[in-house]
Amino acid sequence: MYDAGKIIPGLIIFLGLVSFPVWYNTSSGKTDHVPELATPKGEKCVDSVEHMRASHMDILNEWRDRVVRKGERYTEINGELEEMSLSETCMKCHNDKAGFCDQCHNYLGVNPYCWDCHLEPEVIEQWQSTEEDS
Amino acid sequence: MAVNRRRFLKVAGLTALGVAGKPCVDLIAPGEALMASSAKHEAKAGGKRWAMVINLKACNEHKDCTKCMDACHQSHYVPDFGPDNKKDEVKWIWQEPFHHAFPNQDHRFVKDEIKAMPMLVLCNHCDNPPCVRVCPTQATFRREDGIVMMDYHRCIGCRYCVAACPYGSRSFNWRDPRPHIKKDLDPELPTFPTRSRGVVEKCNFCTEQLARGKMPVCVEACEAKALTFGDLEDAESDVRKLLAENYSIRRKPELGTNPEVYYIV
Repeated sequence: MYDAGKIIPGLIIFLGLVSFPVWYNTSSGKTDHVPELATPKGEKCVDSVEHMRASHMDILNEWRDRVVRKGERYTEINGELEEMSLSETCMKCHNDKAGFCDQCHNYLGVNPYCWDCHLEPEVIEQWQSTEEDS
Repeated sequence: MAVNRRRFLKVAGLTALGVAGKPCVDLIAPGEALMASSAKHEAKAGGKRWAMVINLKACNEHKDCTKCMDACHQSHYVPDFGPDNKKDEVKWIWQEPFHHAFPNQDHRFVKDEIKAMPMLVLCNHCDNPPCVRVCPTQATFRREDGIVMMDYHRCIGCRYCVAACPYGSRSFNWRDPRPHIKKDLDPELPTFPTRSRGVVEKCNFCTEQLARGKMPVCVEACEAKALTFGDLEDAESDVRKLLAENYSIRRKPELGTNPEVYYIV
């Protein structure tokens, strides 16, 4: 091989730089990070924890389509009528978006656009307090 | 008789002509197809057809009142970009001069009183809505009860509907509306979602209120009782009674959109 003295060290430096995120995160202990979820306020959710963890986005999509497109507002859950609403049902118990929703979403690098429009409890509180100020 | 090439080509050509001819005839003399589409929206038995009657006389008695508009824009978090910024303006219910609201009724000798009257206008929730026809994603659609709805999740911001609506009832969010929303939250009202930049919005006849068995907020806010909302399919409803007792007009009915907001002048 010609120029082995330059190519081999060059390759080693290149591999080191490319794998930088991996060994940096390993050495700083960040790979052990597990999202910690804020405890919701209510007693029971609309479905089991496992099912919600895996399929909450499907439930939300189904609710969205039923409410917006079919005009159904309520659904029967555990024998009770519940409103199909992110801000009025889900986030009345899971009232800490940063401590609950964002934990996993940030961890997995997903960026759902729910809160571009739907109001989270914190924003509602903020907006209500601006009313008192003005 | 053997089929030679010449005979085969003749038969094939005639067949092709026959197949192609049928749609051409339909195009020139639209028969059943068009009839069927215009009858499409007749309500089912027991169905609802929401509509609004606006009594302009009663409205005009309170000239500077803006209660209906304020209540609507507040409860739906419609952003306010200020009176000087017409370019970004977003509106659900607003006022127009007579010659804008009813251009086909305007002439030199219209009563001065009517000319000076501000006309309250909003989405007409047409029976034959052009905005729905042009929407490429079906983000705007017509519900069975006649309400022309927006599904903001599906809107891609192409603004075909804005161009198609002959009433100017649709507004586009050119900017992020959130910083421009008047943040008075009424704890009594359910929280209505805001919109994001790049979607079209318009009046929804307060579907969120109707679902809770309430009247639209503009109707509730009007102290002059100039706004009446109800079911056109119900012969005993207030809107039907008003329409039976008074002469009413609609905005640009000649366009065939069949608007469902009626005006008593």
